[in-house]
Amino acid sequence: MIAAHLLTKDYGDKRAVDGLTFEVQPGIVTGFLGPNGSGKSTTMRLVLGLDRPTAGEVTVNGKPYAEHDAPLREVGALLEARSVHTGRSARNHLRALAQTHGIARARVQELIDLVGLHDVAGKRAGKFSLGMGQRLGIATALLGDPATVMLDEPVNGLDPEGIQWIRALLRGLAAEGRTVFVSSHLMSEMSMTADHLIVIGRGRLIADTSVRAFVAAASKDLVRVRTPDASALLEAIARLDGSVRVEPDGTFEVAGVGAEEIGRAAAAQGIVLFELTPHEASLEEAFMEITRGELEYSHEEVVA
Amino acid sequence: MTAIPVLAAPARGVTQARVVRSEWTKFWTVRSTRWSLLVATVLTIGFPILASVIISSHWGSQSPHDRATFNPLDPALIGSQIAQLAIGVLGVLVVSGEYSTGMIRATLTAVPKRLPVLWAKAGVFGAVTFALMLPSVLIAFFASQSILSRHDASYSWHHAGVARAVIGAVLYLVVVAVLTVGIGAVFRSTAGGIATFAAIFFVLPPIMNVLPSSWNSAISPYLPSEAGRAVIQLTHDSGTLAPWTGFGLFALYAAIALAAGAVVLKVRDA
Ligand SMILES: Nc1ncnc2c1ncn2[C@@H]1O[C@H](COP(=O)(O)OP(=O)(O)OP(=O)(O)O)[C@@H](O)[C@H]1O
Ligand SMILES: [Mg+2]
Repeated sequence: MIAAHLLTKDYGDKRAVDGLTFEVQPGIVTGFLGPNGSGKSTTMRLVLGLDRPTAGEVTVNGKPYAEHDAPLREVGALLEARSVHTGRSARNHLRALAQTHGIARARVQELIDLVGLHDVAGKRAGKFSLGMGQRLGIATALLGDPATVMLDEPVNGLDPEGIQWIRALLRGLAAEGRTVFVSSHLMSEMSMTADHLIVIGRGRLIADTSVRAFVAAASKDLVRVRTPDASALLEAIARLDGSVRVEPDGTFEVAGVGAEEIGRAAAAQGIVLFELTPHEASLEEAFMEITRGELEYSHEEVVA
Repeated sequence: MTAIPVLAAPARGVTQARVVRSEWTKFWTVRSTRWSLLVATVLTIGFPILASVIISSHWGSQSPHDRATFNPLDPALIGSQIAQLAIGVLGVLVVSGEYSTGMIRATLTAVPKRLPVLWAKAGVFGAVTFALMLPSVLIAFFASQSILSRHDASYSWHHAGVARAVIGAVLYLVVVAVLTVGIGAVFRSTAGGIATFAAIFFVLPPIMNVLPSSWNSAISPYLPSEAGRAVIQLTHDSGTLAPWTGFGLFALYAAIALAAGAVVLKVRDA
């Protein structure tokens, strides 16, 4: 279990993590979600004690990570940035890390086979492709048979087969009763694997909820509308107290007003409609909805 | 294969001895180690033999004064003095290589208490330097002296101060190893670390020569490299420290560098 309490990290003037309080429970996959730059990777480094919090604290199974006798048995981590000496072979990399914990050599071979690196285990890690590097990172994370597995964007650089494999792996780890904490900025990816979600934006906690509750809370009935007469329709919808998001292709995403009402209002004012489609917000839209305004770099044009 | 195989024998705790084993593995599994140590060994043995052969072949044409002031220990230990470059660069790399590649994050995740890593790096590299340089310097000494002996211009092992100076040359390199590991930990970057090492050992001493001579003689003996060299010199005058005093000061500099590296490692974000 990971427990953060008012965790805060500043880099100079920049507040990367801002008073985060959350717990990550064992036995399920917890997704850690947030837009780019929202502080996910920073939070994970804070968990491992690689960076020191400016304020607050984070513990793993009741203690700060560094105070455990066998830290690799507590947490196995895959970090965002590559953490391998480019001149050392994958096998020697794993061996050296295993030796710090007295882990037998056979374990290293076991993991090399598990992640599918047997053909290249003797090659220098600097020559690895992105996906191979990612597999080595996952082998490193699993080395100590950890109670908690923490992976920062593990599907990065993996091919579709690799992505499937990771999903199955994560679910398997959780089924074994481990704590599984996985970051992503893709809601759709999380919906495939996670049971629970911790969502942050600009370093702050936005949601800590089950995937199902998250979607129910965030999703609204939306109506997609296309019209050549944008300004008239915008006015009509505003009178009905609806809100509109204009997509890049000019389509309206209308929330708060039903399709029938929009149709009637348009007919009453003679506004031509090319499309009028009710639909439920996808998970991705729910995520964007909830993190809107918390985006570090926003490209959206929002019309009220 | 969804589940990972459970570790048959559970992972045991991190101990200093295990971290030493890990650092030993790391040390020998990158190329820069083998190259640097090969260079250091070749320089340590090769230069003295080469120098002795040249001196020996020109002995007949030397002036009586040159012959009288010739110190047979100079060619014997010249190689080890040049080899300190390779040792020092490797010492910096042992630490800075982890930062430049990102390996440090894996290392400190495995050993989050951090300091055992630095002690292990300094210990492993210091011990390897001793184990490798002791035979190399001894070979350099006996080979060069046997070449020079035909002109009666050699020292025996039992000549006063010779054993101390020869062993001192080995210990000097061990201190360079530890000191540069400390420098690497302070600067974290290969360029910064090597520049600092070069500045201390190869730039600072000649700069002293342009200072007023009273300053020069007041400061020079206490510079790290000069203090360390006291133990390598057969005789010492008023301008140098006594052999073991100088060596002790040199070792103290190394301890300070390592302590500074420890503070940086402990305090700064990885
Ligand atoms: N070492 C650092 N020094 C200075 N600023 C940093 C550092 N690490 C992170 N930041 C800043 O902190 C913020 C959070 O970054 P972080 O990498 O944790 O975000 P993230 O959620 O992982 O983003 P992404 O989805 O792009 O991986 C960013 O604004 C980033 O620029
Ligand atoms: Mg990140």
